[in-house]
Amino acid sequence: MVTPLRVVIALCLLAPFVAMLWVGSYAKVDPTFIGIPFFYWYQMLWVLISTALTMVAHQLWRRDQRARSTTKGGAAR
Amino acid sequence: MNDGVNGVALGVFIFFFLAVTVMGFLAARWRRAENEHSLDEWGLGGRSFGTWITWFLLGGDLYTAYTFVAVPAAIYAAGASGFFAVPYTILVYPLIFTFLPRLWSVSHRHGYVTTSDFVRGRFGSKSLSLAVAVTGILATMPYIALQLVGIQAVLDVMGVGGGENTNWFVKDLPLLIAFGVLAAYTYSSGLRAPALIAFVKDALIYLVIAVAIIYIPIKLGGFDDVFAKAGDAFGQTNPATGKPRGALVPAEAGQWTYATLALGSALALFMYPHSITATLSSKSREVIRRNTTILPLYSLMLGLLALLGFMAIAAGVKVTNGQLAIPQLFENMFPDWFAGVAFAAIGIGALVPAAIMSIAAANLFTRNIYKDFIKPDATPKEETRVSKIVSLLVKVGALVFVLTMDKTVAINFQLLGGIWILQTFPALVGGLFTRWFHRWALLAGWAVGMVYGTVAAYGVASPTQKHFGGSSKEIPGIGEIGYIGLTAFVLNLVVAVVLTFVLKAVKAPEGIDETSPADYTADAGDPGVQTELPPATAGSAH
Repeated sequence: MVTPLRVVIALCLLAPFVAMLWVGSYAKVDPTFIGIPFFYWYQMLWVLISTALTMVAHQLWRRDQRARSTTKGGAAR
Repeated sequence: MNDGVNGVALGVFIFFFLAVTVMGFLAARWRRAENEHSLDEWGLGGRSFGTWITWFLLGGDLYTAYTFVAVPAAIYAAGASGFFAVPYTILVYPLIFTFLPRLWSVSHRHGYVTTSDFVRGRFGSKSLSLAVAVTGILATMPYIALQLVGIQAVLDVMGVGGGENTNWFVKDLPLLIAFGVLAAYTYSSGLRAPALIAFVKDALIYLVIAVAIIYIPIKLGGFDDVFAKAGDAFGQTNPATGKPRGALVPAEAGQWTYATLALGSALALFMYPHSITATLSSKSREVIRRNTTILPLYSLMLGLLALLGFMAIAAGVKVTNGQLAIPQLFENMFPDWFAGVAFAAIGIGALVPAAIMSIAAANLFTRNIYKDFIKPDATPKEETRVSKIVSLLVKVGALVFVLTMDKTVAINFQLLGGIWILQTFPALVGGLFTRWFHRWALLAGWAVGMVYGTVAAYGVASPTQKHFGGSSKEIPGIGEIGYIGLTAFVLNLVVAVVLTFVLKAVKAPEGIDETSPADYTADAGDPGVQTELPPATAGSAH
């Protein structure tokens, strides 16, 4: 069943794939950060971004599961 | 480089090595269960590990000594193209977030120890299960061998055992001792040994990286200087190829390779038996999901580690064997005692995955070859005994591999192993979500992927090697250079889909599926799931 919540979860999980597989978007030297070329620090930054996105997906998923078990429990009673 | 033994570094190294040896043997008593003679106990640590132990175990398992040596070595050799390990490990976690909890649930419901157990149960096909098991064992063996290569690199730089003029026995003695000890405590303690040692390994690794990433750039004049020098070095023409040695960012032509390598490797990582062993040893679904959000910390470390490759260039480290670049950098830059700590980190970093890998391969053999084909009525006690012995044989095999053959053979096989293991993806992950695929179609797809991948990799030449010179090749029909494993995987999937339509049309027997939809979402505490009660699991109580 597609709910808005699940669409958001899917987007959180898909975003890193789009960002990382589109190599052309980050294959450049400038701007550098404390001397590190863009190519390197940008990808390391994405480690943090994708971690945050996975955490969001995780929290939303738990909410989704709670909502589902509540409806199920209600129906059984 | 072999300018005598570095006594202080060696002393520190031996100290840490002895410490983890003691821990390895004591691990048998850690969280001991009543019935220790079952594969669940020896091979999965009683399936009882919580979030933090699982985190250390998986981290110790996936980010191996070879990774620590090989990733910066690749950067040292060619620059940007070696950095694909970072997007690769970024993509792994959102990916496993989707399917790993399902595998955990169905495995706990049915007592599966290996991925092949699941494939057999899901598709009712022993031949498909055998294919997955054999692929897993074949892919794991060279990986274990490469852990030894990692230890060897460290021993070489410390000046022990590496000399060409000594006889083979003296030369390989340190390695033999390290491996004998590893084999002994894996045998006696099972998965608990690497789980406990992983704490030490990771503490050391994080310490070394933190120090290296701050201390070395300061000594070298900052990152600006490091990258300027590296850029100059990469710009110089390599006499062997007539092209520049490397680049700071991938050129247009290299971008497909970069992306396909990252994606293909990410898809493959959790097909490896050792990743699954560490996953199934956790005590609940929630532990796994939570781990997908904390494991990326290791990816950050890997990224920083990769940068050490540039520092090795800037520091003027000159080695013919790129794998010695990082150990040599440590030896040149750090005071002796801290170099010893760094070497211990790499050495212990090899022991943890080697132990888990040999356990995983042994479990596959026991469950999916011995029990399915040789002795169907084996008791749990017998299973454990066979697994313990096989774990020894696997390690001896890896040792013979490294000592008798050229190092490049192990590296070639590991490259092939990555391509091969990816071919089990449709059966495993496909099976976790749908029963639509036909078992024979999956088997045919697997075979096509294996053959294509092997032939294609054989045909890749490099300036130094006629065959297996690399893992990427022109993708048929697209014309760009891409990772062979991913091309083989796409072929595999196409064959599986087409043949499934055909086989369903002719009503070929589907096989019995022993799982039910509810099995895939079961959590610890649900009826039929055999674990201790988990601490507060979301959604289960009101």
